[in-house]
Amino acid sequence: MTTAKTGADLRIINTTKRFGDFVAVDDLTLTIPAGSFFALLGPSGCGKTTTLRMVAGLEEPTAGTILIGDEDVTWAKPYKRPVNTVFQSYALFPHLDIYENVAFGLRRRGVKDVSKTVEDMLALTELTGLARRKPQQLSGGQQQRVALARALINQPAVLLLDEPLGALDLKLRRQMQLELKRIQTEVGSTFVHVTHDQEEAMTMADTIAVMNAGRVEQLGAPADLYENPNTTFVANFLGQSNFFDGAVSDRSGNYVSVTVQGQHVSIPSSRVHTQGANVHVGVRPEKLRIQYRDDAQVNDNDNRLEAVVSDSSFIGVSTQYLVDTRWGQELTVFAQNTHRDERLVPGAAVVVSWAPDHTFALDAAQDVDAGVEIDEDAATPDPIGVSS
Amino acid sequence: MSGGAVAATAVEQRDIRSHPSGGGATESKGVGTSKWTPYLLLTPGFLWLALFFIVPTMMLLMFSLYTGSLDQGYSFEFPGNWSTYSAVWDYRAQFFRSFLFAGLSTLFCLALAYPLAYFIAFKSGKWKATLLVLVIAPFFTSFLIRTLAWKTILADDGPVVTFMNWAHITNLLALLHLTETDRVLNTPLAVVLGLTYNFLPFMVLPLYASLDRMDPRLVEAAQDLYSSPWTALRKVTWPLSLPGVVAGTLLTFIPAAGDYINAELLGTTKVSMIGNVIQDQFFVVTDYPTASALSFVLMLTILVLVFFYVRRAGTEELV
Ligand SMILES: Nc1ncnc2c1ncn2[C@@H]1O[C@H](COP(=O)(O)OP(=O)(O)OP(=O)(O)O)[C@@H](O)[C@H]1O
Ligand SMILES: [Mg+2]
Repeated sequence: MTTAKTGADLRIINTTKRFGDFVAVDDLTLTIPAGSFFALLGPSGCGKTTTLRMVAGLEEPTAGTILIGDEDVTWAKPYKRPVNTVFQSYALFPHLDIYENVAFGLRRRGVKDVSKTVEDMLALTELTGLARRKPQQLSGGQQQRVALARALINQPAVLLLDEPLGALDLKLRRQMQLELKRIQTEVGSTFVHVTHDQEEAMTMADTIAVMNAGRVEQLGAPADLYENPNTTFVANFLGQSNFFDGAVSDRSGNYVSVTVQGQHVSIPSSRVHTQGANVHVGVRPEKLRIQYRDDAQVNDNDNRLEAVVSDSSFIGVSTQYLVDTRWGQELTVFAQNTHRDERLVPGAAVVVSWAPDHTFALDAAQDVDAGVEIDEDAATPDPIGVSS
Repeated sequence: MSGGAVAATAVEQRDIRSHPSGGGATESKGVGTSKWTPYLLLTPGFLWLALFFIVPTMMLLMFSLYTGSLDQGYSFEFPGNWSTYSAVWDYRAQFFRSFLFAGLSTLFCLALAYPLAYFIAFKSGKWKATLLVLVIAPFFTSFLIRTLAWKTILADDGPVVTFMNWAHITNLLALLHLTETDRVLNTPLAVVLGLTYNFLPFMVLPLYASLDRMDPRLVEAAQDLYSSPWTALRKVTWPLSLPGVVAGTLLTFIPAAGDYINAELLGTTKVSMIGNVIQDQFFVVTDYPTASALSFVLMLTILVLVFFYVRRAGTEELV
């Protein structure tokens, strides 16, 4: 049986999965380097689990190729792949106790003395006292840790984690996030972590692929995705954005000029993700600076708009303002509470400004509300505290 | 971070809800109702058992100790006519044959029913309901007629036996004393086949019920953890279906051990089972005490066998 002591590259090439007419995964191509911590982030039903199942060998791709290291495993049997999965539904064996659940993979590979390895793994996942319990005698979070231990103990080349921390409370979740990171560095396996919690993806992963409707919308380092999203879906899925409709007036320089309601806005050309004439101009609420109009000081190169405060709410670390532009559009502004200006009450005339480098422009054909989280899963922490 | 606190409570709430056994509500509900309610509800069942099981069993035991005959009348004389129990030794061959035939047909049933139940539970898709109806469809015809039909199936010049003779299967089975060298009807195999056929649905249904309840993702998890399909069957599917196996084997073995129709129709007196003897004692010889003694011992033996079997299978250990 193949077990790598270190991780291997995972390459998914032009892979499609159809269920009848329904395309669950659409011509997906991903390269996940050996030893990396990769997150697949996306809303419910976008094909994350299906992708993992194809890598694990539990689902046959309709088309495409999957390589682990240099080995083509597209048609390999699941039990012949150096891959283990932490299942979304745990899938613990109800007839075996925790110890035997964790030892299952080792025993199947004919490892003689499992006790030391199993006990170490139980200790690592804080399950030591529960070794002789049955899965149904554990809490949801404990079951999840058993599922994790059962997969991790095999030190697979690629570990697939299908929302492994979903049922844990916040404290344990943080702890397990750090634990997972540590384990990953230690065993060197390639981790593919599926989640729809953007903060979890951003804090843990080296690289994130944002999936939507069976496709990868954007792939990159967490900060790049957040700061420079390529689509409205990514912009909205990772936090919150303000969008203005604009028309490109000049593309010649390093900065592209866009006209928004008669006003000039400049955007670095590397952050303009469309060749079209009409764009959505986007800027994150925390990048906006809000000042009382009469004594506002705005850098010469910064973009600026005049607006009127319609609402302000104090959230402790920051204050959230809603302001109306001249043309009646509502913007959200997050201001640090370092120098709170008491004059910024509803009705106050203000100037909103921001640096061109914090602006991005997206294809106007895209839906501005794509990827805005509909609160379907109340238990998913809303870590940035900004999505509406 | 404002989201933190909100998220924490949200997660806690879900945790509480997701505890399957966190039945605070059900516990408090019990306070209002009388603690006698469960016993009241059980009363009809107890009465039924007392009336139709315990009383008849006691009567059977009493009857087995009576002296007399049908013409002279029966009476109980202290300390009872224990000589009836000597018949048990006289008919030890029939007892042995009963348990052997019942055991064999239970094994055959299991071997046939397991793949069938597995297929219905996991692979049949939209045909599931139809297949289940087909499993019990034979019940729409009389037990007697279906058993008689096996006389035709196993007839000496029928295609089945002709083929078995041609392929020397009968010769082989004759070595095991299961058939004669050129015929199947009136041999032990015929009786065992009849029993297997008649009790097959009793094996399929409990097996199906326990397999259908199983989460097929467990097999996927096993395969993910380096089990071949065969190992996954041995280490996951089979242990999880044990309650069904236990129920099915009991439902097959117990009635098969007491059966006399199959041996009567498909066998001869040379291969008769204890059921045939009891039937003869009751209705032909009309030696009620001996018939009662044999019945009582048969029942007791089955009870003891079942007890040890269930102990061994350890059903309480299973889910
Ligand atoms: N066996 C199947 N037959 C038909 N459709 C399926 C099947 N499995 C998945 N799908 C569909 O494929 C889509 C992707 O499913 P998948 O389980 O991969 O979603 P996901 O991204 O993991 O979502 P979640 O975050 O809710 O777990 C869904 O719309 C689902 O309904
Ligand atoms: Mg999923």
